[in-house]
Amino acid sequence: MTVVASTPNPQPAPVRSRRRRTQSLLDRAILIPALGDSFRKLSPRWQARNPVMFVVGIGALMTTYAFVTGLFNHDPNSGFVFQIALWLWFTVLFANFAEAVAEGRGKAQAATLRRTRTDTIARRLVDGREAPVPAPELRKGDIVICEVGDVIPSDGTIIEGIASVDESAITGESAPVIREAGGDRSAVTGGTRVLSDRIVVEITQNPGETFLDKIIGLVESASRQKTPNEIALNILLAGLTIIFMFAVVTLQPFAVYAGTSVTVTVLIALLVCLIPTTIGALLSAIGIAGIDRLMQKNVIAMSGRAVEAAGDVDTLLLDKTGTITLGNRQASEFLPAGGVDMQRLVQAANLASLPDETPEGRSIVALAKRLGASGGSADGWEFVPFSATTRMSGVDQSGTSIRKGAADSVARWCSDGGSRDLPEKVSSDVEKIARSGGTPLVVAENKKILGTIHLKDIVKPGIKERFEEMRRMGLRTVMITGDNPLTAAAIAKEAGVDDFLAEATPEDKLALIRQEQGEGKLVAMTGDGTNDAPALAQADVGVAMQSGTQAAKEAGNLVDLDSNPTKLIEIVETGKQLLMTRGALTTFSIANDVAKYFAIIPALFIATPALADLGALNIMRLHSPHSAILSAVIFNALIIIALIPIALRGVGYRAVGAAALLRRNLLIYGVGGVVAPFIGIKVIDILITAVHLA
Amino acid sequence: MLWEIIGVVVTFAAVVLCARPLGKYMAKVFSGERTLLSRVLHPVERGVYRLIGVKEDDEQTWVRYLAATLVVTVVSILVTFLLLRFQDRLPFQSVINPQGFPGVAPDLAMNTSISFATNTNWQNYAGEATMSYFSQMVALVMHNFLSAATGLALAIALIRGLARRSGKTLGSFYVDVTRGILYVLLPIAVIGTLVYVSQGAIQNFSGYTQAHTLTGVTQTIAQGPVASQEIIKDLGNNGGGFFNANSAHPYENPNGFTNAFTIFSLLLISISLTFTFGRMVGNIKQGMAVLAAMGVILAGMTGIAIYAEQAGNPALNGAGVTQVASASQSGGNMEGKSVRFGIPQSSQFVASTTGTSTGSVDASHDSLTALGGLVPLLSMELGEITPGGIGAGLYGMLMFVILGVFIAGLMVGRTPEYLGKKIDAREVKLAALAILILPLSILGFTALSVLVTPGQVGPLNSGPHGFSEILYAFSSATGNNGSAFAGLTGNTLYYNTTLELAMWMGRYLFLIPILALAGSMVKKKVIPASAGTFPTDTPLFSLLLIGVVLVIGALTFFPALTLGPILEHLQIVAGHLH
Repeated sequence: MTVVASTPNPQPAPVRSRRRRTQSLLDRAILIPALGDSFRKLSPRWQARNPVMFVVGIGALMTTYAFVTGLFNHDPNSGFVFQIALWLWFTVLFANFAEAVAEGRGKAQAATLRRTRTDTIARRLVDGREAPVPAPELRKGDIVICEVGDVIPSDGTIIEGIASVDESAITGESAPVIREAGGDRSAVTGGTRVLSDRIVVEITQNPGETFLDKIIGLVESASRQKTPNEIALNILLAGLTIIFMFAVVTLQPFAVYAGTSVTVTVLIALLVCLIPTTIGALLSAIGIAGIDRLMQKNVIAMSGRAVEAAGDVDTLLLDKTGTITLGNRQASEFLPAGGVDMQRLVQAANLASLPDETPEGRSIVALAKRLGASGGSADGWEFVPFSATTRMSGVDQSGTSIRKGAADSVARWCSDGGSRDLPEKVSSDVEKIARSGGTPLVVAENKKILGTIHLKDIVKPGIKERFEEMRRMGLRTVMITGDNPLTAAAIAKEAGVDDFLAEATPEDKLALIRQEQGEGKLVAMTGDGTNDAPALAQADVGVAMQSGTQAAKEAGNLVDLDSNPTKLIEIVETGKQLLMTRGALTTFSIANDVAKYFAIIPALFIATPALADLGALNIMRLHSPHSAILSAVIFNALIIIALIPIALRGVGYRAVGAAALLRRNLLIYGVGGVVAPFIGIKVIDILITAVHLA
Repeated sequence: MLWEIIGVVVTFAAVVLCARPLGKYMAKVFSGERTLLSRVLHPVERGVYRLIGVKEDDEQTWVRYLAATLVVTVVSILVTFLLLRFQDRLPFQSVINPQGFPGVAPDLAMNTSISFATNTNWQNYAGEATMSYFSQMVALVMHNFLSAATGLALAIALIRGLARRSGKTLGSFYVDVTRGILYVLLPIAVIGTLVYVSQGAIQNFSGYTQAHTLTGVTQTIAQGPVASQEIIKDLGNNGGGFFNANSAHPYENPNGFTNAFTIFSLLLISISLTFTFGRMVGNIKQGMAVLAAMGVILAGMTGIAIYAEQAGNPALNGAGVTQVASASQSGGNMEGKSVRFGIPQSSQFVASTTGTSTGSVDASHDSLTALGGLVPLLSMELGEITPGGIGAGLYGMLMFVILGVFIAGLMVGRTPEYLGKKIDAREVKLAALAILILPLSILGFTALSVLVTPGQVGPLNSGPHGFSEILYAFSSATGNNGSAFAGLTGNTLYYNTTLELAMWMGRYLFLIPILALAGSMVKKKVIPASAGTFPTDTPLFSLLLIGVVLVIGALTFFPALTLGPILEHLQIVAGHLH
């Protein structure tokens, strides 16, 4: 068995590679099938899902009927009725189109993914003998063998062996990762490819339930359920629709009392303009686009609910290592013991670390070199690697042993297993380092303690500003670490987190989540280990790392394919964007009504001599009643198309606090929503008058 | 003119000034804390509980609270119905019924009972020609207190739903009503009666006076216990006057000062309640943000009314008539107004009596200019939330708050929450249901009335003004206002019945979603506010709230108003008179 020469602890990729090229909004490959889907979605069953657009659909049918009967009766208004009916159909189609475009991006991705789930033939072990079997026939509990070049047939856990695996089909990350039996890196995903060695895998999913299947299902929105907030918004929109229906339906008797009457076509036109069609048309596209935007960031949302909850998160639990600090510590200082020469300590530390390939070891060598250490190799020395029992590493050569390691372990080594106190200076250095958030490494040569190396936790550059930003977003950050409280407090202070949980066990983590939730807060966390699973499941937003175990991935409601814990912040932002986009377009939609009233109401009545004075309300000075009504209906339809980009891209989020966000968005979408249609309707009126459409 | 405007401003300022301490006092009363009056009133309060068999600490869920409200209402309606029906059969007729009025006709007695029980006080009768003193003082005044205290109690229940950290109960309806009457309404009513009497309002049990005028005609001058009924009529936003002329009658409202005092009493409790609300939810600014929204709309309505009335009738401008105020004349439109009040004060009264659910009138609303008439119509159609009827104004406004928070709250990127409580599908549904009732009843019944003959014969005028008369009646009944645009013949079987239904819907169909919402909010946990929380205690939020009220509340009625007052106004401006 060859061992792959790579550190079995891959660092989080600093540069995220995009799995798929970011598709532009006007991608032909998406737009053309979406056009077809717009018509397919006209089916009543589909329309019934959306009360607002359902009403528009009925209106379109009724006006079409009015047009047809009008033709037979030689109605002079047929041209007008035809145009209204046409634009109402467009309104419905535009809404379908928005949804289809949003889905289209996912569908394109699903197609790519599906290609990776090709007709793999698995090598199933039956009673110790290999038998070929098609991958889709694998059941939970089957054992398969994968060797160099094999595609792993389904999700599973390695029960034997170690291998480097190309997961680019799922993650887009081209660098291979190490998977091995036991521990937190034993999970393999169907569709990925073994690049070296041989592994025995126990299948953990039945056909159709694998990670790949789930992703495909999600991106195709086949299993999309309405999220709680979407349901609430839908109820509001339905309520508004009913209110405006009262306003429109009762208008006819009022008109009759006033000595005139209004045609059904015009009433429907008024109704469609007043009900919140803009948001009604774009609501589902916004939700799909939110999931899709996460996917662009290489995060798979297992449900739309998780994305929505991300926007609501109050508390973020962040693992120290990898999220707040770089994964490894760096040597920053040598502190010799009393009566020991600095150079002696430096030389010993250098020698002990030369064969040590860990980042910590390399950082000790680098620092030693700066301080004048000689010798670039430890040829002739035998390396004693770090082990969990000795908690030391070092080098041996005939009669000379050098060790570096945890203070108490080294002390024990020096006293041959007995307990011995550290020299006074060393002991105080050790404590000082620990209190400052660092890790002390004690160096000894031939059982004589030479001094201490200060290993410092390096807080990621820019992370402090990130936490500052989150505070402005109203999020509380809690650092989770296995370090002792002293160390944890120092790092927490340096990184600028609001709180920390030191010496954390998985149970502590779970208890903290429950406590926060007990106060009504929503909690988000990341995790990858099996022992993170309960906490991931308990958290409102649990982001599992793709590199993590099967259990963790099942427990989380989001999976980060890049396995980058800092991603949590982007996930929260995406969630907020999703909610903001809904709010902004709802506000815009409702604010639009003011102008539409002023376009249509005077148009209904000015033709009746007794009511002609209502022309004063025609403040936009629209050309004629027909042009006014038509302009309002056209504006109402076109605004859907115009806003599709915002629906898909989302309203920009800035961490400036809720008050400032509200001011900004109210100005743009509230005030803008009142003003825009006045201009839009007037422009359309000028255009259609110029080409004699009305 | 300037002094009159100053008077208007001073009256509003006086209300706000008194509202803060009164709001604090009410918060204490309804939280069961000791107050100045506890020493005297607490024994009485306990006596009441013993009498009706209620335990002070027996809290009710929203369903039980609603049930208690309905039971008390229905029983009180029946009692009043019987008292009115048989007012001539009661003992001591010479004292309580010196004019010897016969029993009230059944459909009118029922209409009146419901009207008073729903805090509407739509009066299809003239008090001085129909009701005995006993009917006025007991059968009707009982409702003036009870319906006002009921509104107050319901608002308090909703506040508790929003304020309590967690739980299931909203308080006890019986306790809240008892406290509302004993600690809030009665003490203020006693003081207020004395104020009215001091200014010349009458308070007696005499028979009517026969007077011989200079022109040799005999005139009957009605008498009665007026002042005591006057104060609770206004304080409790009831509006049912002792006399048919209501607050325009000199015995009810003798002078400019009492008129200002009447406006003060109309607004006092509703405005104080916003402070009670702020205090009970633990942030006085929350209440002030709501008050600011109410205040801005009320001030705007008052301004429009003063402007429209002072500008007078546009049609007369062309005829060479001077309508400008001068030392010798008030100018503007004085038709239907009392000279002792003048245009600004009468206009303030119009906006205040319809901005609350009172419906007292000191001027004829039918005689307002078209634009001036738009003010009471729109105020009532918004659901009377500026500042609204006692209790009802606050809970009505809070429905708009919930909708506003839900729509705009999303724009800060969180599931909307109000006072730390999340607003979910259920709350949105209930708030939308409550707001639905207004157009359903107002537009629905108006549409029905213009379609059917018994409805069509109601209005006195034709054209848009006649339409306004019908629209006004149902706006008034649904909003539980009770003021009338006159002109409409309301005492017919058709209008008695439809108006009764509108009153029921406006009060009780509205109540169910509100109490249900209180019941669902009370169970929710409170999330501590953070920088990411949607702020609801800022001027920006008040502006947003005004926007929501105008766009969702007002625009619904825009088509109807277009064919009523707006059309009438434009026709007059254009010189097309009917």
